[in-house]
Amino acid sequence: MKKIRIIVAREYITRVRKKSFILMTIIGPILMAALFVVPVWISTLEDDEIKKIAVVDSSQLFYKIIPETEKIKFEYLNNVSLLQAEKLIATNNYYAVLYIPHTVLSTPIVTISSPKQPSLHVRMHIMSSLSSLIESFKLVKNNIDPEVIQSVKTDVKVSVVKLNDDGTREIKSSDIQMIVAFISGLLIYFFIFMYGSQVMRGVIEEKTNRIVEVIVSSVKPFQLMMGKIIGIAMVGLTQFVLWGVLTFSIVSIVSGILLKDKNIFEQQINAQELMQKQVTLQMKNNDLEMNELSVIFDSIKMIDFGVMIASFLFYFIFGYLMYSALFAAIGGAVDNEADTQQFLLPITIPLILAIVLMSNITTNPEGPIAFWFSLIPLTSPVVMMMRIPFGVPWIEVLISVLLLILTFLFTTWLAGKIYKTGILLYGKKVTYKDLYQWIRNK
Amino acid sequence: MNQILTIEHISKSYGTKVALDDVSFPVHEGTILGLLGPNGAGKTTLIRIINQIYIADKGKVYFRGKPIRTDDIISFGYLPEERGLYKKMKVGEQAIYLAQLKGLSRRQALVELKYWFDKFDIASWWDKKIEELSKGMQQKVQFIISVLHKPSVLIFDEPFSGFDPINANLIKEELLAMKKNGVTIMLSTHNMASVEELCDEIVLINSSKNVLNGNVLQIKQQFKEHIYEVVFKGFVNYIDLAHRHQYEIIENKQEFDNQIVKLKLLDTSIKSNTLLQALLDVGEIVSFRELLPSMDEIFIKVVKQTNNQ
Repeated sequence: MKKIRIIVAREYITRVRKKSFILMTIIGPILMAALFVVPVWISTLEDDEIKKIAVVDSSQLFYKIIPETEKIKFEYLNNVSLLQAEKLIATNNYYAVLYIPHTVLSTPIVTISSPKQPSLHVRMHIMSSLSSLIESFKLVKNNIDPEVIQSVKTDVKVSVVKLNDDGTREIKSSDIQMIVAFISGLLIYFFIFMYGSQVMRGVIEEKTNRIVEVIVSSVKPFQLMMGKIIGIAMVGLTQFVLWGVLTFSIVSIVSGILLKDKNIFEQQINAQELMQKQVTLQMKNNDLEMNELSVIFDSIKMIDFGVMIASFLFYFIFGYLMYSALFAAIGGAVDNEADTQQFLLPITIPLILAIVLMSNITTNPEGPIAFWFSLIPLTSPVVMMMRIPFGVPWIEVLISVLLLILTFLFTTWLAGKIYKTGILLYGKKVTYKDLYQWIRNK
Repeated sequence: MNQILTIEHISKSYGTKVALDDVSFPVHEGTILGLLGPNGAGKTTLIRIINQIYIADKGKVYFRGKPIRTDDIISFGYLPEERGLYKKMKVGEQAIYLAQLKGLSRRQALVELKYWFDKFDIASWWDKKIEELSKGMQQKVQFIISVLHKPSVLIFDEPFSGFDPINANLIKEELLAMKKNGVTIMLSTHNMASVEELCDEIVLINSSKNVLNGNVLQIKQQFKEHIYEVVFKGFVNYIDLAHRHQYEIIENKQEFDNQIVKLKLLDTSIKSNTLLQALLDVGEIVSFRELLPSMDEIFIKVVKQTNNQ
């Protein structure tokens, strides 16, 4: 045991000190934080400027009726041609010139001329306001009151209530659960692959460096293998925790700085508020209503994050242990990375299959595909993580957990046999037949 | 002499291929044992079994009279044939790591390492990465690592391959010094000259069997062909002696002022003194000695013999 600890420590320390680890640990959160912060930042940038748009309206239909926003204002130019208006851009400090031809009702095409690329926001605003204006003109023309149309317009929202066995009711919004399911499934997949192949490369490195025999004269090959697997698992967990902590602090600090002058954002930032703020900003842009937002937040609260984190850790650790034993066996069997292909295929297929089935599983988390693949140990770490946000009967989780643990014990035993024989063998192209031989050998 | 290791009826096969077939021999404490044999004879397998890396199919290894146990591994120092170090790791850290795996504490490892690094005058390498060292330098580090925990048995598989003559000599001196301190050394080598220089005993393995083992001097006696070399001062044209039928001249050559004659006794009951007396009449004798076979010759002879059986 003490020797495994020494091996774990070396595997851990050498990896954590590597430049690539430090770089990944820093860049990962920056990228993730950027995902949160950049949209907020961009919207604060755009807010700075009031865009004055000149309207040249040959149709004479839109005088002073195009709706304005805080940042988009319209100036209606009379008796000015498009060319003349375009010349006024610089002197009158226009953002753009909107030209509405007199044929706009029959062929609804308008032109925006601007020295800069007009922002998407501006284009979307013009597009949607002109569309609805022209629609109402046409309605009036056909003697239909636009008010009537407005009142008939319906947008159905589905709110799902889950009836639990104990008679309680839960409000569910499967959109958010789907996102959480996607992210957790992908994370497990990514971690298993990344750290599993690190185990394999580590074993190959020891073989090609010819250090392995020096080591196995002091420790059992199985101890060396387990030491490496555990050490790398700890590297993975460290990276995971660091990413979480760093992402959170970068988001807090950066958005704190960016949004400092805005009164509403002055308060102490905590995770939920922060999320709410970003969502609020995006919501504002999308003209979504506040009560929809509260539905989303309710359903985020519905997901039991305690269960999520616990099951994530369990499925990550055991999924990783099961797979990395197989990766270690492959590393032990081959002489160099180029030879790994033929053995890698059978263990990557189940993992990739789990990802391929992702949309099927998240849209139908109780269906037969989701059910079976969340029990089969080779796919269960990824698939079960995708199901858990939707709630899974505990008996299914239990069966999947037991099967996973049993398979982990089995693959470790199997890998130990292959590894033990393989690591001391050089210059031989190993086949599946050889592996079978090694497993049967005493 | 105490038997520190006893190899008893060891057999090992991989699938259908037999690597060792009923190999037995003793290793005496404080001696250097040469493990000889052609490539693929099973030497490395035997060494791995003694180091408890492999488990024998049959037979046992006894260490100080008891069946060898996992804990005994601390008493062994092993330098495998396929040897290397982590390329990206620093020399010092790596040495400490491997010493800790042998069971030394960090503090003990540091003390021992300082002694050896000073002795080999390589203290300046401590913070270098292995990949920055030349192959010879790396081998010095490997040697230190294998002896660091003061093992009572040292097992070296092809220790001199890849060493330049200077470093090879350095290692030889260290081995002899350790032997003086009571360390038992077992080395496998193809270099027969170093066997003659270092080994007290040998084991010759051919086609997975022990075909010859014992004390080097005794083996040489056993294989001697009763050939004597006589050097006469000045030219001698008549060396035909009274007992002509008892020996034959297998070589007779002139070298500067000396006449060198090699004689093979046909009648092995004749004592060397009798021969010398007979030679006294021939000329002025400068030297007279029995030529014992070299290990090289014995090796080739035994291997050919057993292959023909």
